[in-house]
Amino acid sequence: MKRMLIGIAMMALLAACASKDPAVTKVETRDPATGASGNTTTPPNTSGTNQIPPPTGRPGDELKDKNNILSKRVIYFDYDTDAVKSEYAALIQAHANYLAQNRNRKVRLEGHADERGSREYNMALGQRRSNAVRKAASALGVGNERIETISFGEDKPKATGHDEASWAQNRRVEIVYDGE
Amino acid sequence: MLKRINISALMANVVVGLMLITAPARAQLTINVETSSGRQVPIAIAPFALEAGAPQNITPLIADNLARSGMFRIVNTVGISNLPTEPSQVNFVDWSSRATEALVIGGIKPLPDGRYEVNYRLFDVAKQNQLATTSYTVGASQLRATAHKISDEIYEKLIGERGVFSTRIAYVLKRGSRFELQVADADGFNPQAVLSSLEPIGAPKWSPDGNKIAYVSFESRKSTVIVQDLVTGQRRVVANFRGDNTAPNWSPDGSKLVISLSKDDISQIYVIPAGGGEATRLMQSNSIDSGATFTPDGKDIIFFSDRSGGPQLYRVPATGGEAKRLTFEGSYNTTPRLSPDGKLVAFVNREGSRLRIAVLELATGQRTILTDGPLDDSPSFSPNGRTILYEDKSGGRGKLGEVSADGRFKLKLSSQSGDVREPAWGPFGSSGAR
Repeated sequence: MKRMLIGIAMMALLAACASKDPAVTKVETRDPATGASGNTTTPPNTSGTNQIPPPTGRPGDELKDKNNILSKRVIYFDYDTDAVKSEYAALIQAHANYLAQNRNRKVRLEGHADERGSREYNMALGQRRSNAVRKAASALGVGNERIETISFGEDKPKATGHDEASWAQNRRVEIVYDGE
Repeated sequence: MLKRINISALMANVVVGLMLITAPARAQLTINVETSSGRQVPIAIAPFALEAGAPQNITPLIADNLARSGMFRIVNTVGISNLPTEPSQVNFVDWSSRATEALVIGGIKPLPDGRYEVNYRLFDVAKQNQLATTSYTVGASQLRATAHKISDEIYEKLIGERGVFSTRIAYVLKRGSRFELQVADADGFNPQAVLSSLEPIGAPKWSPDGNKIAYVSFESRKSTVIVQDLVTGQRRVVANFRGDNTAPNWSPDGSKLVISLSKDDISQIYVIPAGGGEATRLMQSNSIDSGATFTPDGKDIIFFSDRSGGPQLYRVPATGGEAKRLTFEGSYNTTPRLSPDGKLVAFVNREGSRLRIAVLELATGQRTILTDGPLDDSPSFSPNGRTILYEDKSGGRGKLGEVSADGRFKLKLSSQSGDVREPAWGPFGSSGAR
C-alpha cells in the first residue's frame, strides 16, 4: 500500500512535470486513433471504486481498452525458439511508446513454454523468450530497469490440452504492468 | 550365503499389481511393476505368528518392498500347509524343492503394555543356516516402520548394499489449481503436505541431512528459492533476486546451494549460503546455464548449457573455471543428477519429441537410455544408487516412475488424488524429521 501511494505521488509529480514539458506533451498526443487524450482533461472519478483518484490522464485506461493495441498483451512463439515474430513489432512498439509516455510505469515480461521439454530447460526457455521481448523493447528506448523478465517455465499453461493447438497457446510471453 | 548369479533370467513385461492394501485408506501412490528382467533372488516370507490379530500386517509389506526393489521374486506361500513360524518348524529340503533360496519367518506378539514384540529370522535355504534375526518392541503406530526396517535388513543381507525402504520421498502434487509439496514414505504411504499454494511450487531438493527441503515457489508471482525446515516448519526465502531464482541443489555438506539466477541477463549459475546471502557467480557465459548439481565430493558442478546450440551437460570446478562438455550424443540433454557414488549422471534426453531418462557413466562416457518417454522428466537417484525415481508427465496427469540404474526394472506410482511431479528421493536416515 505504501508503495502504491509512493507510486501515485510519483505519477502526480511526473504528470506535473510533463504538463510543463512540451516534448512530453507532444508524445502524449501522438495516438489520436484510440482517443487516448493524454494528460489534459481528467474527468472526476465517479465510480467510487478507486479511493484515491488518479491525478491526471487516468493511466491504465488505454491498457484495458479493447480497441487499443495496448490491451493486447501476449506474444506467441514457435516451438523451441525465442525468436520474436515480426507480426508482434507493432504491439511491442505500442508498449514501448506507452512506457516512454508513462515513465512511472514498469512492466514484467512473463515467459512460458509448452510441456514438450524438461522442466528445467523450459524454465530457461521461458526466460529466453521474455528476454527476447525485453531486448526488442530496449531497442525502442525502454530502460532495462523498468522491465523485469521472469519465467514460469511450463508450470502455468494457458491451455491444458496436449496437442499443437494448446501448445501454441502456451509458448508465450505475457506483458504485465505493475499493479495489475 | 546366497550368491547373486549373473544369469539373465528374462521376465520381460511381467505386470504385477502391487496394490498396497495393508494400510488404512489414505491419499497414496499405487504401485505397478511394469517390467523386470535379470537375476532376482527367490524369497519366501511366511506369515508371522499372530499377525492376523495385529493392527498392521507386516509380511505383506516386506513382500511388497522386496518385490518393488526389483531384486527379489516373492515365492507364493498361499496353499502351503503348516507354514513355519519357529526355526524348529523349518523344512529346508521342502523349501529348496520350491526353488526358494531365502526364507523369512517371525512373529508379532502383543505385550501387556499394549506394545508389540516383532521378531524375524532370515534363512539361507541351500546352506540351511540363519543369516539374520532381530527382535523389536514397538507401539502399534511403529509397526509399519518396523516392516521397512526388517525389509532393509533382509535386503542388505542378501544384496550386499543398503535398502531404501525406510527413506522418504518428496514431490509436488497438483490438485485442481492447488499445488502441494508432499513428503511421503518411499512406498508412497503417509503422504503429508508440508506446503500448499495456489501458485506453482517446484524443484524440491532434500538437504543432505534430510531435515530440510529447498524448493522454488512462485507465491510472490515470480520464482524465489525457499528452504523449509521439516522439523520446525520454518521457511526462509534464501534467494529473491531480480528475475528468476530457480533450480536449487545442495552442496554435499549442506552449507551452500547452487542455484540459477537471471538477475544479470539470462540464467546463470551462482552459489549462495544455504541460509541465504550473497550470490557468487560461477561462470560467465552468453548462454543458458542451469540445472547445476554438485558432485558428491563437492569439488565439481555438473550443469546443462546451450552454449553449443541445444542443451548439453558440462562439468566445471565448484570454484569456477573452464567447463568441460560431457554429452555429445543427441541435441537435447538437460537436468543432470549425480548418483550417490558420483559415477553416474542421470539426465533428461530429448530425441524427436520424446523426453527420456538416460544415464551417463562418467568414467567411460557411455550413455544408456533407460525409459521410452514420451514425457519423462525430473530424475532423482535413490540413496543407494540402485534406482532412479522420475516423473512421467504424459497425458496431463503426472505419475512417478522408477527405473533401475541398469534399466532392467521399471515400475509406476500413480496417485488417485492428482497430478504428481518433480520427485526427489530423500537421503538415508531422514526418517527422524517428521
